[in-house]
Amino acid sequence: MEVAKLTDVTRVYKIGEVETRALNGVSMTIGDGEFTSLVGPSGSGKTTLLQLIGCLDQPTSGKVMIDGKETTHLSRNQRADLRKGTIGFVFQFFALIPTLTAYENVEMPLLLNGKSPAERKQRAMELLEAVAMTDRAHHRPDQLSGGQQQRVAVARALATDPKLILADEPTANLDTENGEQVMEIMKRLNKEIGATFVFATHDPRVIKYATRVVTLRDGIIEKDNHAPAK
Amino acid sequence: MINYFKMAYRNLGRHRRRSLLSGLALAMGTALLMFAAAFFQGEMRSSLETTLRLNSGHIQVQDADYDPDKLSVAWEYLIENPEQVAEQIEALDQVAAATPRLFASGIVSAQDESIGVQIMGIVPDSEANAPYKNMVSGEFVTADDREGIVIGLPLAESLGLKVGEQLTLLVNTSEGNVDEQMFTVRGIFTTGTSAYDSGIVFLPLAKAQAFSGAENHASMIFILLHDREQADAVAAAIQGEGYQIKTWTEMNELLVLINDFSNAYLSFINLIVLGVTATVIVNTLLMSVFERTREIGILTAIGMKGRQIISLFLAEASLLASGGITFGALSGWALSAYFGKVGIYFGDLGISGDMLLQDRIYPILTLDSAVNLIITSFIITLLASLYPARLASRMEPVEALHKAQ
Ligand SMILES: Nc1ncnc2c1ncn2[C@@H]1O[C@H](COP(=O)(O)OP(=O)(O)O)[C@@H](O)[C@H]1O
Ligand SMILES: [Mg+2]
Repeated sequence: MEVAKLTDVTRVYKIGEVETRALNGVSMTIGDGEFTSLVGPSGSGKTTLLQLIGCLDQPTSGKVMIDGKETTHLSRNQRADLRKGTIGFVFQFFALIPTLTAYENVEMPLLLNGKSPAERKQRAMELLEAVAMTDRAHHRPDQLSGGQQQRVAVARALATDPKLILADEPTANLDTENGEQVMEIMKRLNKEIGATFVFATHDPRVIKYATRVVTLRDGIIEKDNHAPAK
Repeated sequence: MINYFKMAYRNLGRHRRRSLLSGLALAMGTALLMFAAAFFQGEMRSSLETTLRLNSGHIQVQDADYDPDKLSVAWEYLIENPEQVAEQIEALDQVAAATPRLFASGIVSAQDESIGVQIMGIVPDSEANAPYKNMVSGEFVTADDREGIVIGLPLAESLGLKVGEQLTLLVNTSEGNVDEQMFTVRGIFTTGTSAYDSGIVFLPLAKAQAFSGAENHASMIFILLHDREQADAVAAAIQGEGYQIKTWTEMNELLVLINDFSNAYLSFINLIVLGVTATVIVNTLLMSVFERTREIGILTAIGMKGRQIISLFLAEASLLASGGITFGALSGWALSAYFGKVGIYFGDLGISGDMLLQDRIYPILTLDSAVNLIITSFIITLLASLYPARLASRMEPVEALHKAQ
């Protein structure tokens, strides 16, 4: 079963007269339960690719299917709906809402999905426990270390049981120990609940966790160690 | 349900000083407008009431040829047997008081000073003359007084006159001559309107008639009603050969016009001031939108829709608005209440004639205008904040996230 399928995707950024081909014809399929790493030098198109898979952005040409659905001509609101139920994000910076506590940050996607208060509470506490943040549940992000914030972000990304979790250099701003800890958590969740992870990184210490490594260069896939049958 | 207000409250708390300042701007605008509304209301009501009480009454009955500007006491311009006419009118149910008045022009002199005045002959006992009987010193004249006169405080001051002292009064008589007589100041009055008090002296009607040669005539019957809205009906009921009957709206066209105009003017000021305060709010919200692009990107990424982002910013605006407007309305109300008690002293503005003002204006805040203003401020603030809110809701998540990195 495939979670995401990209067919000949290009993405051209236009700033004034300048065009940047961030992706130049990428086709790939991400299967259920994969733990995939997108690697490649800075500027190779990793973030752009994640954003397209995550329906944050639309390709200039080509097709993006998520969970069997064509997404290319969805409206803004339809894309938002798709994201909130199907996709979880972990960003490079610790993307928590600064005015909300760790608990409230994890609760937010549940709120957006219209879950009942009891469900929200149970699920949020469960996830904070899974990332070992129970004792800091009611702290605001500025009272948490970078590693702790990123663990909360992972908990938030998982809150709605998404099919697909996209992480953009999740360890780039963490020291080795915290980086490993976050990766361990993601790996464990991948194993335990079978969530599909795609993360962009150029950190070799992270790549070792991946079951599949896709290498990008100048907007095309240079290498894929686990290209599934087409 | 997302608790937008909780988030909005915390977001406002992030920049406490900025939020406070913009709330304060709104508060000041609201307070100012509320006070202005109360002031205008007080001024208009005072000018109308003062003018009606002191000057025009609700209805006047005059001879068809009478010209109030000339103050002529030639018989052809006057009403004959005025006391009888007044009695008949006073018998009408809607009429509170009807009393004859005789106007003549004269000159008062004492020591070496001379001042031109209106001489008003009145029936001292009539209800309608109560506004003139607010004595600073002495007593009002009685109906049968033949040597007494009552003058206003500013006139007494400029002539250096005290109760019991004498003055000389010159009058233009019915025959077109000038007559002269000494009078004793019985009392000094104040109506609270210096412009009025400085130009008028009172004699009992009988004495004024004898002195000016008007004999059994009066310039007008001055009529007060229980309800001034009845003026047209009562005017129609008063029939009389050779009379002209004037209602207060006819006599105070300018004042009624100014009243209407001042309402329009006030709405205009409201729009300007609220426009300015709304700009402050918009500015505050725009600043938070730009500061929070990343957050907006994150919220969009995890599935928040444009509508929900708009709600978030509108919640912020309405919190700011509620706080600011509540505080402003309370301050405006307190200001109006305080000055409504003690009044605002303007002194003699030099306005006389058709429109009279009290020397002190007492602001009156009506519930109507307060509620109107509160609702208008709120709506304008929310409308204005739609712009930054929509701006936030239209941010592309990618760009919002990209900018932040
Ligand atoms: N929003 C954007 N606007 C313009 N150019 C962009 C934008 N995002 C990325 N790019 C450009 O596209 C190329 C790929 O960028 P990116 O996907 O961020 O690569 P990576 O994540 O691998 O570093 C780069 O040259 C980058 O400058
Ligand atoms: Mg990147």
